[in-house]
Amino acid sequence: MSLIRYQTPESAVWPWADRWSSLRDDLNALLELPFWSSFGRQGQLLSGWAPALDLYQNNDNLVAVVELPGMRKEDIEISLHDGILTIAGERKAEPSNGEKAERTERYVGKFRRSISLPIRVDANKVSATYRDGILTVTLPKAEEAKPKHIQVRAD
Amino acid sequence: MSTTIRDNRETEARSAEPEQFVVPTASVVEENDAYTLRVEMPGVTKESLEMSMENNELTIIGRRSLPTIDGTLIHYELRRENFRRMFELDPSIDAKKISAKMEQGILMLTLPKAEHVKPRKITVS
Repeated sequence: MSLIRYQTPESAVWPWADRWSSLRDDLNALLELPFWSSFGRQGQLLSGWAPALDLYQNNDNLVAVVELPGMRKEDIEISLHDGILTIAGERKAEPSNGEKAERTERYVGKFRRSISLPIRVDANKVSATYRDGILTVTLPKAEEAKPKHIQVRAD
Repeated sequence: MSTTIRDNRETEARSAEPEQFVVPTASVVEENDAYTLRVEMPGVTKESLEMSMENNELTIIGRRSLPTIDGTLIHYELRRENFRRMFELDPSIDAKKISAKMEQGILMLTLPKAEHVKPRKITVS
Protein backbone atom coordinates (compact mmCIF):
# COMPACT_ATOMS: atom_id res chain seq x y z
CA MET A 1 0.00 0.00 0.00
CA SER A 2 1.58 3.26 -0.97
CA LEU A 3 0.02 5.74 1.38
CA ILE A 4 1.36 9.11 2.25
CA ARG A 5 0.51 9.68 5.85
CA TYR A 6 -1.97 12.39 6.59
CA GLN A 7 -0.55 15.11 8.78
CA THR A 8 -2.89 17.15 10.93
CA PRO A 9 -2.19 20.87 11.01
CA GLU A 10 -1.03 20.56 14.59
CA SER A 11 1.72 18.18 13.65
CA ALA A 12 3.03 19.67 10.43
CA VAL A 13 5.94 17.79 8.95
CA TRP A 14 7.62 20.90 7.58
CA PRO A 15 11.33 21.03 8.29
CA TRP A 16 11.09 24.35 10.05
CA ALA A 17 8.34 23.13 12.35
CA ASP A 18 9.79 24.91 15.34
CA ARG A 19 9.38 28.28 13.69
CA TRP A 20 5.80 27.48 12.94
CA SER A 21 4.83 26.38 16.40
CA SER A 22 4.10 29.94 17.36
CA LEU A 23 2.38 30.66 14.10
CA ARG A 24 -1.06 30.05 15.44
CA ASP A 25 -0.50 32.61 18.16
CA ASP A 26 0.80 34.99 15.54
CA LEU A 27 -2.20 34.61 13.35
CA ASN A 28 -4.52 34.93 16.26
CA ALA A 29 -3.00 38.26 17.18
CA LEU A 30 -3.32 39.56 13.68
CA LEU A 31 -1.07 42.40 12.82
CA GLU A 32 0.64 42.81 16.09
CA LEU A 33 3.93 41.31 14.92
CA PRO A 34 6.10 42.22 11.98
CA PHE A 35 5.31 40.27 8.87
CA TRP A 36 7.81 37.97 7.24
CA SER A 37 8.34 38.07 3.54
CA SER A 38 6.27 35.77 1.48
CA PHE A 39 6.94 32.11 1.71
CA GLY A 40 6.94 30.81 -1.75
CA ARG A 41 9.61 28.24 -2.08
CA GLN A 42 8.42 25.31 -0.08
CA GLY A 43 7.35 23.17 -2.98
CA GLN A 44 9.98 20.51 -2.79
CA LEU A 45 10.32 20.64 0.96
CA LEU A 46 6.69 20.08 1.77
CA SER A 47 6.38 16.61 0.33
CA GLY A 48 4.57 15.64 3.49
CA TRP A 49 1.18 17.09 2.74
CA ALA A 50 -1.47 14.99 1.14
CA PRO A 51 -5.24 15.23 1.35
CA ALA A 52 -7.06 13.13 3.93
CA LEU A 53 -9.17 10.33 2.53
CA ASP A 54 -11.99 8.06 3.68
CA LEU A 55 -12.92 4.92 1.78
CA TYR A 56 -16.33 3.26 1.87
CA GLN A 57 -17.69 0.16 0.26
CA ASN A 58 -21.11 -1.20 -0.48
CA ASN A 59 -22.31 -4.03 -2.71
CA ASP A 60 -21.82 -2.10 -5.91
CA ASN A 61 -19.12 0.50 -5.35
CA LEU A 62 -16.08 1.75 -3.55
CA VAL A 63 -16.42 5.42 -2.67
CA ALA A 64 -13.49 7.66 -1.76
CA VAL A 65 -14.16 10.94 0.07
CA VAL A 66 -11.19 13.30 -0.08
CA GLU A 67 -10.68 16.59 1.73
CA LEU A 68 -9.35 19.03 -0.84
CA PRO A 69 -10.37 22.62 -0.24
CA GLY A 70 -9.72 25.53 -2.56
CA MET A 71 -9.17 23.72 -5.85
CA ARG A 72 -10.80 24.20 -9.20
CA LYS A 73 -12.21 20.92 -10.41
CA GLU A 74 -10.22 21.19 -13.66
CA ASP A 75 -7.02 21.14 -11.63
CA ILE A 76 -7.72 17.89 -9.81
CA GLU A 77 -6.11 14.85 -11.45
CA ILE A 78 -7.69 11.52 -10.64
CA SER A 79 -6.14 8.38 -12.06
CA LEU A 80 -6.46 4.65 -11.61
CA HIS A 81 -3.68 2.25 -12.42
CA ASP A 82 -3.20 -1.38 -11.37
CA GLY A 83 -5.78 -1.06 -8.65
CA ILE A 84 -4.21 2.08 -7.21
CA LEU A 85 -6.27 5.24 -7.07
CA THR A 86 -4.22 8.44 -7.25
CA ILE A 87 -5.42 11.97 -6.55
CA ALA A 88 -2.91 14.64 -7.54
CA GLY A 89 -2.76 18.30 -8.36
CA GLU A 90 -1.36 21.58 -7.31
CA ARG A 91 -2.61 23.91 -4.63
CA LYS A 92 -1.94 27.37 -5.85
CA ALA A 93 -0.96 30.33 -3.74
CA GLU A 94 -3.05 33.44 -3.72
CA PRO A 95 -2.04 35.71 -6.57
CA SER A 96 0.79 37.87 -5.36
CA ASN A 97 2.01 41.16 -6.65
CA GLY A 98 5.12 40.83 -4.54
CA GLU A 99 4.33 43.83 -2.42
CA LYS A 100 2.30 42.12 0.18
CA ALA A 101 3.34 40.70 3.46
CA GLU A 102 1.81 37.35 4.17
CA ARG A 103 1.85 34.49 6.55
CA THR A 104 0.28 31.13 5.98
CA GLU A 105 -0.29 27.78 7.59
CA ARG A 106 -1.91 26.44 4.46
CA TYR A 107 -0.01 24.07 2.27
CA VAL A 108 0.80 25.42 -1.18
CA GLY A 109 2.28 23.36 -3.99
CA LYS A 110 1.98 20.00 -5.66
CA PHE A 111 0.51 17.05 -3.88
CA ARG A 112 -0.09 13.41 -4.67
CA ARG A 113 -2.08 10.85 -2.70
CA SER A 114 -2.36 7.19 -3.63
CA ILE A 115 -4.37 4.41 -2.12
CA SER A 116 -4.35 0.78 -3.07
CA LEU A 117 -7.94 -0.38 -3.53
CA PRO A 118 -8.84 -3.65 -1.81
CA ILE A 119 -11.34 -4.62 -4.50
CA ARG A 120 -11.20 -4.58 -8.30
CA VAL A 121 -13.11 -1.73 -9.86
CA ASP A 122 -14.25 -0.94 -13.37
CA ALA A 123 -11.99 1.92 -14.48
CA ASN A 124 -14.34 2.95 -17.27
CA LYS A 125 -17.16 3.69 -14.91
CA VAL A 126 -15.40 5.84 -12.31
CA SER A 127 -17.07 9.18 -11.62
CA ALA A 128 -16.28 12.08 -9.29
CA THR A 129 -17.91 15.19 -7.89
CA TYR A 130 -16.31 18.15 -6.12
CA ARG A 131 -18.31 20.26 -3.73
CA ASP A 132 -17.51 22.50 -0.75
CA GLY A 133 -13.91 21.38 -0.95
CA ILE A 134 -14.76 17.69 -0.75
CA LEU A 135 -14.01 15.37 -3.65
CA THR A 136 -16.16 12.24 -3.86
CA VAL A 137 -14.95 9.51 -6.21
CA THR A 138 -17.31 6.63 -6.97
CA LEU A 139 -15.64 3.49 -8.25
CA PRO A 140 -18.03 0.76 -9.36
CA LYS A 141 -16.81 -2.70 -8.52
CA ALA A 142 -15.82 -4.97 -11.37
CA GLU A 143 -18.56 -7.53 -12.04
CA GLU A 144 -16.64 -10.48 -10.68
CA ALA A 145 -15.88 -8.60 -7.47
CA LYS A 146 -19.52 -8.08 -6.55
CA PRO A 147 -21.06 -10.44 -4.02
CA LYS A 148 -23.01 -13.20 -5.71
CA HIS A 149 -25.57 -15.56 -4.38
CA ILE A 150 -24.85 -19.17 -5.03
CA GLN A 151 -27.76 -21.53 -5.02
CA VAL A 152 -27.29 -24.91 -3.49
CA ARG A 153 -28.92 -27.43 -5.73
CA ALA A 154 -30.90 -30.17 -4.20
CA ASP A 155 -29.63 -33.45 -5.53
CA MET B 1 -2.72 -1.26 8.67
CA SER B 2 -5.29 1.06 7.34
CA THR B 3 -8.53 -0.62 8.23
CA THR B 4 -9.51 1.47 11.20
CA ILE B 5 -13.22 1.76 11.75
CA ARG B 6 -14.71 4.02 14.34
CA ASP B 7 -17.92 2.60 15.72
CA ASN B 8 -21.13 4.40 16.53
CA ARG B 9 -20.59 4.46 20.24
CA GLU B 10 -18.39 7.50 19.89
CA THR B 11 -21.02 9.59 18.18
CA GLU B 12 -23.62 8.78 20.78
CA ALA B 13 -21.31 9.57 23.66
CA ARG B 14 -20.37 12.82 22.00
CA SER B 15 -23.92 14.12 21.88
CA ALA B 16 -23.93 14.23 25.69
CA GLU B 17 -20.70 16.25 25.89
CA PRO B 18 -19.99 19.83 24.92
CA GLU B 19 -19.29 20.21 21.23
CA GLN B 20 -15.77 19.30 20.11
CA PHE B 21 -13.94 21.40 17.57
CA VAL B 22 -10.80 21.28 15.52
CA VAL B 23 -8.75 24.32 14.55
CA PRO B 24 -8.75 25.02 10.82
CA THR B 25 -5.59 26.21 9.06
CA ALA B 26 -5.52 29.82 7.97
CA SER B 27 -3.49 32.32 6.02
CA VAL B 28 -3.36 36.08 6.08
CA VAL B 29 -2.18 38.50 3.41
CA GLU B 30 -1.72 42.19 4.01
CA GLU B 31 -2.30 44.83 1.37
CA ASN B 32 -2.48 48.57 1.54
CA ASP B 33 -6.21 48.71 2.04
CA ALA B 34 -7.13 45.53 3.75
CA TYR B 35 -6.16 42.16 5.09
CA THR B 36 -7.35 38.97 3.47
CA LEU B 37 -7.86 36.07 5.83
CA ARG B 38 -8.43 32.62 4.38
CA VAL B 39 -9.61 29.78 6.57
CA GLU B 40 -9.72 26.23 5.30
CA MET B 41 -12.88 24.42 6.25
CA PRO B 42 -13.71 21.68 3.75
CA GLY B 43 -17.30 20.49 3.98
CA VAL B 44 -18.56 23.81 5.33
CA THR B 45 -21.07 25.87 3.37
CA LYS B 46 -22.01 29.49 3.91
CA GLU B 47 -25.23 28.34 5.56
CA SER B 48 -23.36 26.42 8.22
CA LEU B 49 -20.96 29.25 9.06
CA GLU B 50 -21.28 31.20 12.26
CA MET B 51 -19.19 34.31 12.77
CA SER B 52 -19.26 36.79 15.59
CA MET B 53 -17.19 39.67 16.89
CA GLU B 54 -16.72 40.70 20.46
CA ASN B 55 -14.15 43.20 21.68
CA ASN B 56 -11.87 42.84 18.67
CA GLU B 57 -12.10 39.10 18.86
CA LEU B 58 -13.50 37.38 15.81
CA THR B 59 -14.86 33.88 16.35
CA ILE B 60 -15.49 31.66 13.36
CA ILE B 61 -17.38 28.40 13.65
CA GLY B 62 -17.90 26.21 10.61
CA ARG B 63 -20.09 23.16 10.90
CA ARG B 64 -19.13 20.62 8.37
CA SER B 65 -21.19 18.02 6.64
CA LEU B 66 -19.46 15.22 4.87
CA PRO B 67 -21.36 13.43 2.10
CA THR B 68 -23.52 10.61 3.43
CA ILE B 69 -22.32 7.49 1.73
CA ASP B 70 -24.33 4.32 1.73
CA GLY B 71 -21.76 1.70 2.69
CA THR B 72 -19.23 0.55 5.28
CA LEU B 73 -16.29 2.72 6.15
CA ILE B 74 -13.16 0.71 5.43
CA HIS B 75 -10.53 3.40 5.72
CA TYR B 76 -10.92 6.42 7.93
CA GLU B 77 -8.94 9.66 8.14
CA LEU B 78 -11.32 12.58 7.89
CA ARG B 79 -12.21 14.17 11.17
CA ARG B 80 -15.87 14.70 11.80
CA GLU B 81 -15.57 17.55 14.28
CA ASN B 82 -16.62 21.05 13.36
CA PHE B 83 -14.15 23.87 12.96
CA ARG B 84 -13.65 26.75 15.31
CA ARG B 85 -11.03 29.42 15.49
CA MET B 86 -10.74 32.80 17.16
CA PHE B 87 -8.72 35.68 15.88
CA GLU B 88 -7.77 38.76 17.77
CA LEU B 89 -8.06 41.64 15.36
CA ASP B 90 -6.01 44.74 15.56
CA PRO B 91 -8.17 47.77 16.35
CA SER B 92 -7.11 49.27 13.03
CA ILE B 93 -9.51 46.91 11.32
CA ASP B 94 -12.90 48.37 10.61
CA ALA B 95 -15.11 45.56 11.88
CA LYS B 96 -18.25 46.92 10.29
CA LYS B 97 -16.80 46.54 6.84
CA ILE B 98 -15.66 42.92 7.00
CA SER B 99 -16.90 40.93 4.04
CA ALA B 100 -16.89 37.18 3.59
CA LYS B 101 -16.99 34.68 0.76
CA MET B 102 -17.15 30.90 0.99
CA GLU B 103 -15.94 28.81 -1.91
CA GLN B 104 -14.95 25.12 -2.11
CA GLY B 105 -14.38 24.92 1.61
CA ILE B 106 -12.31 28.09 1.87
CA LEU B 107 -13.67 31.05 3.77
CA MET B 108 -12.19 34.28 2.52
CA LEU B 109 -12.59 37.33 4.74
CA THR B 110 -11.66 40.79 3.63
CA LEU B 111 -10.83 42.97 6.60
CA PRO B 112 -10.56 46.59 5.54
CA LYS B 113 -8.16 48.81 7.38
CA ALA B 114 -9.56 51.91 8.98
CA GLU B 115 -8.81 55.04 6.98
CA HIS B 116 -6.28 56.46 9.34
CA VAL B 117 -3.90 53.52 9.11
CA LYS B 118 -3.75 53.19 5.34
CA PRO B 119 -0.38 54.14 3.93
CA ARG B 120 -0.50 57.62 2.55
CA LYS B 121 1.89 59.41 0.31
CA ILE B 122 3.09 62.74 1.57
CA THR B 123 4.27 65.09 -1.11
CA VAL B 124 6.66 67.90 -0.58
CA SER B 125 5.41 71.03 -2.14
